[in-house]
Amino acid sequence: MDNLRLLFDAPLLPVQLLLDGVLIGAIFALAALGMALVWGVMGIINVAQGELVMLGGYAAYFLYRAGIHPLFGVPLAAALLFCLGWALYRSLIFRVVDQDLFISILATFGLSILLQQLANAFFGADVRTAESGFGTWAVRGGAITIARIKLVAFGAALLTGGVLVLFLKSSRLGQAIRATAQNARAARVMGVDTDRVYARTFAINAAICGASGALVAMTWIVHPYLGLPYTVRSFMIVIVAGLGNLQAVLASAVALGVAENFAGFIFGAEYQTAFVFTLLVVILVLRRFWLSRQRRYLA
Amino acid sequence: MKSVLGYVCAGALLLALPLLAPTYQTQLAFLWVMIVLALTWDLLGGQMGYNSFGNIVFFGIGMYACAVVQRDAGLGYFAGLFLGMGCGGALAVAAAAFLGAGILGLRGHYFAIATLGLGIAAGELASGWEFIGAGGGMVPPLFPGALGGRERFFYYLCFAIAAATFPVLRWLYAGRFGLALNAIRDDEDKAEAMGLRTTRYKITAWCICAFFLGLAGGAVGNLTGFIDPREVAFAGSTYGVWMVLMAILGGKGTLFGPVLGAVIFHLTKELFWTYLLGWQRVALGLLIVVIVVFFPTGILGWARVRWPERFGHRVEGA
Amino acid sequence: MPTSLTARLTAVLVLAAGSAAAEGEDATVVLGAAVSLTGKYSVNGKNTKDGYDIAVERINEMGGVKIAGKSHKLKVIYYDDESTPARGAQLAERLINQDGVKFVLGAYSSGLTKAMAPVTEKYKVPHVEGNAAARELFTQGYRYLFAVLSTADYYLRDAVILAAEMAKEHGRNPKDVKIAMAFENDPFSLDVREGVVEEAKKYGMKILVDDKLPPEINDMAATLTKVKAVKPDLLLVSGHEKGATLVVRQTAEMKVDVPMVASTHCDSAKIAENLAQAADGVLCGSQWDRHLAYQDKWFGSAEQYAQRFEKRFNYPAPYQAAESTAVVLVFADAFARAGSLDPEKVRDALASTDLMTMFAPIKFDSTGKNIAKQMVLYQVLNGTYKVVSPRKWAETKPVWPRKLPQ
Repeated sequence: MDNLRLLFDAPLLPVQLLLDGVLIGAIFALAALGMALVWGVMGIINVAQGELVMLGGYAAYFLYRAGIHPLFGVPLAAALLFCLGWALYRSLIFRVVDQDLFISILATFGLSILLQQLANAFFGADVRTAESGFGTWAVRGGAITIARIKLVAFGAALLTGGVLVLFLKSSRLGQAIRATAQNARAARVMGVDTDRVYARTFAINAAICGASGALVAMTWIVHPYLGLPYTVRSFMIVIVAGLGNLQAVLASAVALGVAENFAGFIFGAEYQTAFVFTLLVVILVLRRFWLSRQRRYLA
Repeated sequence: MKSVLGYVCAGALLLALPLLAPTYQTQLAFLWVMIVLALTWDLLGGQMGYNSFGNIVFFGIGMYACAVVQRDAGLGYFAGLFLGMGCGGALAVAAAAFLGAGILGLRGHYFAIATLGLGIAAGELASGWEFIGAGGGMVPPLFPGALGGRERFFYYLCFAIAAATFPVLRWLYAGRFGLALNAIRDDEDKAEAMGLRTTRYKITAWCICAFFLGLAGGAVGNLTGFIDPREVAFAGSTYGVWMVLMAILGGKGTLFGPVLGAVIFHLTKELFWTYLLGWQRVALGLLIVVIVVFFPTGILGWARVRWPERFGHRVEGA
Repeated sequence: MPTSLTARLTAVLVLAAGSAAAEGEDATVVLGAAVSLTGKYSVNGKNTKDGYDIAVERINEMGGVKIAGKSHKLKVIYYDDESTPARGAQLAERLINQDGVKFVLGAYSSGLTKAMAPVTEKYKVPHVEGNAAARELFTQGYRYLFAVLSTADYYLRDAVILAAEMAKEHGRNPKDVKIAMAFENDPFSLDVREGVVEEAKKYGMKILVDDKLPPEINDMAATLTKVKAVKPDLLLVSGHEKGATLVVRQTAEMKVDVPMVASTHCDSAKIAENLAQAADGVLCGSQWDRHLAYQDKWFGSAEQYAQRFEKRFNYPAPYQAAESTAVVLVFADAFARAGSLDPEKVRDALASTDLMTMFAPIKFDSTGKNIAKQMVLYQVLNGTYKVVSPRKWAETKPVWPRKLPQ
């Protein structure tokens, strides 16, 4: 446990890890917001969420290669992914919306494999990055460093969250979405075209993932196989935060980012991914016990 | 009588297969493994309604346990192999009993995602554990004996495992156990209310799955020749998902459905791999989407609608 | 549905029979290969395939291989191992039994080669490989396996040796050199680590950070935070292309100031091209470099090979391609010397190979390792790769300590 001792010996270290974790968590929050939206409104769990993030990253990468600064790549990637999301809904997702949740999981899992392999076939397995050129902010003589792009990402996540909340509250489409989420049948009776609402919702989700992916490309790297951990993290965050609460999503995302960072430091990087997935299982089991105490079940 | 004759004929043919198609022995051995994977998945998913993405955990446990026994027990090849497989099965059952206590309490999609997380976590943890070779994997001992003997031996071994799984499940489904599982699938709370000890049945079912998966894991580890924690042992994104698809393709909740699904899926996969070099994974992803979206009831489900009389339903005024 | 399935099955069986028959007639030697065309190693898998292809094309262009007076063309049958060793047994059986190949070109990954080697050994099929460098492959007593490349444990040994040299030059004891390392948790990288650990032990150096990175890693921040805290003299990373890209990017971003940073797979990750500023000063372990003065009768010098490759495939030749080409050249040379296609004779001819190729001099020891070859260490300087070790081939002195880009 020398790693643990390092944390106490060098007090600035935990601060760095904390800071990093918070900023990383913001990027997770975006994908989680999208997942919460789709799950709450359409009742499906989109296992291809991570792949949408990956495609957003590639979109930003190609825009970057075409000379567009990656920061503009964020909204552009979002726009591109919006169209993709719409297309995916119209071709595939609409068929699984009314069905058993398990079918939607499997269908989107198949979709994620398809997207992954297509990306591998067309883009190659090379790792790509998009340079933001923002540099690093060094504090205390380099002891604490914050990549400025991570601050930008954090800001972007908060902004997107805020915009989403406002959008859902005040715009017509937002109201239609909330109505459909509460009771699809009643909404239909009231004249809401639920099919269009679903299409828009899925497309918005894809757009959010696209933005997240662009930030990922700038902060880290993009490659065809980065999807699944993002999907699982989104799922975990949404489960802990609950479906309706967007602020909670942001909070749990940040908490996850911090936890992951510390776990990677203390247990060693090889166990970081194991930690994430084990945490998922532990959270679910604990929650089940907590709920069963109240005689409610995770159903 | 007719069905017994049918089974005997089929059995004889399958036993003779290595002699008829010697170049395909390894692929056929894998076919038997796929059948075991699909059948065990269906026990939990189709009959009991608990869709698991993490059955691969037991497969991996069996594989590693077998390899460790072979490495450390200092026995001859065959003694080590059979003891190893037995240990693999036993350890898998123990794991199922232990994990089942917590995880089988989850319902529906939470169970599915929890098991998905379990499968992946197992792979990650295995690749960090030095005792079993960590990321470098393990190499099981070489098969002694003549050329061609290896493939034949493993064909019969995998066939034996499949041949053991099928009648056991058939017997279970025909009896009270099968009814209990179906009751849990149809409405767990009511079943519990009627006095059925659901937890006990659930854990038992998972342990049965685990046993056969553990045996299959030990066999596959030796057949593949190299045990990689994420790609071979806890291959969640390949075998772990395929077992679900095969059962769905054939028809969830039936006895022959998973078998049929396994045969078709395995064949198609091998054909893709030969003829669509470089694109086989894309084709596979597409196939998965098509199966799930357009054939959620599977082939037997479709057949049941098309020819209800064959399944014992009587359709009025047809 | 059932009918078309039977039709397809029949087609497969007919094709299989047909291909088996067609093998013996024309003067073609068929080689079999499993390469990673899809999956996480597909970048290097393509490099490997391109290396095999260019060699086969060149040899056929020059008239093929003369075996017992008759000219034979070469041909390669490919299968995709999907970057996982799970298919090893099936692939080997396919190539040997169904496709009837008698000679196998190696796969990209060590894992897959570990799975296939026992099978080619059993069937007595000569198996020459250029991409799987795991040491374990040569401790099993295989007679039919030959490797043209240096084993994985040699990749970064030179970096440790260089660190010791730098220490001595600056009046420090090599024992005081502190090492931090991060290796991906896969057979290849773990072997690289073995070599480093051995070398470090020889000098008595201390290893302060020893992290294993999971293959899906997208972020080395946790490890690098640790590295920053312990202030080592040498940072070693091996994580295929991801590892190289991440270490370059994140050491710059997090201002991790280490006097010497070494990684593998820099050239296939294209760090000098894509991250020129951030990568400055990074050392790279490599099996080969185009500036080495090796040459052979098929391609001329290493530089000429590199140019020919770049013209043919539109990207600079990484060492994975060069080593794959060498594999085919070794086979061609062995066929000619054996004067026959009998696997036993070819195997013996392979064992007595003493050939100079544009990749490296090739001479196998009794376990199948290439003992005539040395690893190369180069440094990224001003956006290009310059060889700095071994001293015999060095283009320039290494720049030490490494200055972090601002």
